[in-house]
Amino acid sequence: MSFLIFETLNKKFGDFVAVRDMSLSVERGEFISLLGPSGCGKTTTLQMVAGLLPPTSGRIVLDGKDITKTPPNQRGLGIVFQSYALFPHMTATDNVAFGLEMRGVGKAERTDRARGALDQVKLGQFVDRYPKDMSGGQRQRVALARALVIEPPVLLLDEPLSNLDAKLREEMRIELRLLQQDIGVTTILVTHDQEEALSMSDRIVVMQQGDVAQIAAPLDLYERPTNTFVSDFVGKTNLIQGQITGDNEVNVDGTRVSVDTLAHTHGSSVTLSIRPEKFQMSDDPSGHEVRVEAAIFLGASWLYRVKGSMGDLFVTQPNTGSAGYAKGDVAWLGWPEGALTLFKGAQ
Amino acid sequence: MMASIQPRKVPYFLTGPGVIFFAALLGAPMVMTLLLSLHSYDFNTGIQPDWTLANYVEVLGDSYFQKIFGRTFGLALLVTVICVLIGVPEAYVLSRLSSRWRSVFLLVVLGPLLISVVVRTLGWALFFGGNGVLTMTAQALGFGDEPVSLMFTFTGMTIALVHVLVPFMVISVWASLQKIDPQSEDAGLSLGASKMTVLRRITLPQAMPGILSGSIIVFALTASAFATPAIIGGRRMKVVATAAYDEYLSTLNWPLGATIAILLLLANIGIIVSYNKLIERRFAKVFE
Amino acid sequence: MQNLGPAARIFHALFVIFILAPLIMVIAVSFTDKGYLSLPTDGLSLRWFRAILDNPDFIDAFWMSVWLAVISASVAVLISVPAALAIARHKFPGRDVISAFLLSPLMIPHLVLGVAFLQFYSTIGLGGSFYGLAAAHVILITPYALRLALASATGLSTDAENAALTLGASKFTVFRRITLPLILPGVAGGWLLSFITSFDELTMSVFVASPATQTLPVRMYHHITQTIDPLIASISTVLIVLTFLVMLILDRFYGLDKIFVGKG
Repeated sequence: MSFLIFETLNKKFGDFVAVRDMSLSVERGEFISLLGPSGCGKTTTLQMVAGLLPPTSGRIVLDGKDITKTPPNQRGLGIVFQSYALFPHMTATDNVAFGLEMRGVGKAERTDRARGALDQVKLGQFVDRYPKDMSGGQRQRVALARALVIEPPVLLLDEPLSNLDAKLREEMRIELRLLQQDIGVTTILVTHDQEEALSMSDRIVVMQQGDVAQIAAPLDLYERPTNTFVSDFVGKTNLIQGQITGDNEVNVDGTRVSVDTLAHTHGSSVTLSIRPEKFQMSDDPSGHEVRVEAAIFLGASWLYRVKGSMGDLFVTQPNTGSAGYAKGDVAWLGWPEGALTLFKGAQ
Repeated sequence: MMASIQPRKVPYFLTGPGVIFFAALLGAPMVMTLLLSLHSYDFNTGIQPDWTLANYVEVLGDSYFQKIFGRTFGLALLVTVICVLIGVPEAYVLSRLSSRWRSVFLLVVLGPLLISVVVRTLGWALFFGGNGVLTMTAQALGFGDEPVSLMFTFTGMTIALVHVLVPFMVISVWASLQKIDPQSEDAGLSLGASKMTVLRRITLPQAMPGILSGSIIVFALTASAFATPAIIGGRRMKVVATAAYDEYLSTLNWPLGATIAILLLLANIGIIVSYNKLIERRFAKVFE
Repeated sequence: MQNLGPAARIFHALFVIFILAPLIMVIAVSFTDKGYLSLPTDGLSLRWFRAILDNPDFIDAFWMSVWLAVISASVAVLISVPAALAIARHKFPGRDVISAFLLSPLMIPHLVLGVAFLQFYSTIGLGGSFYGLAAAHVILITPYALRLALASATGLSTDAENAALTLGASKFTVFRRITLPLILPGVAGGWLLSFITSFDELTMSVFVASPATQTLPVRMYHHITQTIDPLIASISTVLIVLTFLVMLILDRFYGLDKIFVGKG
């Protein structure tokens, strides 16, 4: 039996359905991300796990025990809030020691353990600082130490990195993931940042308007999205409308594209998805002819918007040190087998 | 399990003590005052057990009371106008000062609000009295030996009340000036408007809610002011509040005093409510 | 003083003189060495400050005012804090009515309150009692305490409380350890403002106070209507200095402008 189980969780606010029939089984030590745009129900789900919101229906089972009705102060879960929610009138140590105090740990021991936890998140220097005297990154670490020091069975992270600047955010992703693997704590991360979810998780739950759109490991999710929402939301993609005109053949505005059509009926409308970096762009006149409409240099790569008989496409090519294509250039696109994903129906 | 309060009832438990306290000690006295104003009074036998509007007829019909109400209203209007005329420019000046000077002068302008009205009025009484500074100055300048006294005059009351109440105007205008995006003024200048035009067309309209709410505060407080008119105006220059005071504590005609108080309250609430309505209607669309 | 023309500067100077003049006048007169009202032209003297000590009724009135203000401000805060938490953080039927009711004394002239309490207390037999006066003051100052408590409760995010809750704290512990310390500055400011408002109140107290419960403003008012002498000036000077100290505290911690916006 899985460590943490959501059984057809539902949450309604009046007529509005925030979460619909959410079911998920999380293994011990697993890192799960709830990923989706704002309003998709991911934070609502987290709050139900935390006990801060009662589900309208469904059950939450932790380690074999039904905790659906357990009040938040008896669940013992570690939570890092988006705002960090540090206690502004307490030092870093007192913040971290608070949970231990609530568990009746003696003063000397809890100060010791709080300092140990702060050491673990590299804040050994700042044990007596107040939150207002700390940087965003430091506050974030205090919040993490506070959540971890109580040795929670599950760690809940609500957009923990969204208030950090881009560079710090990337460092913290790695650090947080290493720490989590080190401790082995079961973790649920809520985020709208697909890179964050891809880089940290064992599995990702993509949510859309209260529904689960797909649950998969990061690579699977990226390479084999099961619907256009996931393919568009996770990573960038080109969505192309077409019609199946023959075995392994899709007609896009007169251009015939060969792709595996096994699962689809002849003559039906379909949407093709191909990621910008899957294209190979060359001067060799073979493949799909396009004209460059815009060229943007991104440092590590080039981003082009090109126009051809299949319509507008985005193409990413690695920067090899030489000048890229310029506006008005003509080029040819090719792609490897399997780069195209086919979805039923028009977008 | 421990018996716990239903979440739905929690706010009522939290506000309950205040509501009960207020109902008993504010509601009851106010209702009793209203009822008292409906009894007549006899100088020999005291309050009568009858129900009558005679007190209202008397206060509203008697030329003595009409004069007092008229004077109070005129005083409130005049004080409000003067407060607008000097308070609005001062608030603007304050908003233009460097932050260090601004905090110093905010303290100077607002601080007196914390000092007892009795003390502040005493200061003016010292100026206005027969042997006060005004007389000495007039004598020194050769304007004759007659004592110049503003005590017991309308002018004296006006000056002292403006002094007591103008901080409310300044703070109210200051608050709405604070909300103005300073770049909106720069934008006006960049579009070719003169400084004066920016002030008139950009700054002043945005400060209008503050001017209006400052006016209502000053007007209402002047109309019901007691300490300053009592000390500067005295018995000779009565206003509504001092007249009610005399009915209660000198003449002992409580029903009549209660009537004056109820009328003052109604006028006060009427003015505040209609003013608020006006502000809401005129500014609701512009300011959230 | 950037962006200010000479006309604006002169206006500002005159305005400040107008504001300070009566206070300076009071202070000047209190240092006179004469036995009558005059400016201290022949040298400063402290005789009128010493004279305060010979007038125990003023000193009694001062302590009466202090006690009254301490008790009524404390009760007002005790009423206001839970009410502010309910109003700021819960949506419930009747919320607007309750909040308007608790703020309503702001719209009632003090004279009307005085008249109402005078009659009410003499009817129920509490006329002239200290507790009656204190209760009247509580009604009068609760709106001030409530407004500052509301301001800090409204600005308080529930995140920190939720964090404490999930760390295992009981609801009461959350209130005691998190909520209360966080709203404490607003509550203390509300207490201080209530204290001063109560301490300074004249109009209502003139009706409710008896000779046994005379507050300092009432005592001073009765004195001034009889005679204006240097004694009342020296007492006023003491009050100005004390108020100035409180004002510095309030300004330091809250900013006077924030406290007074919408007062009245």
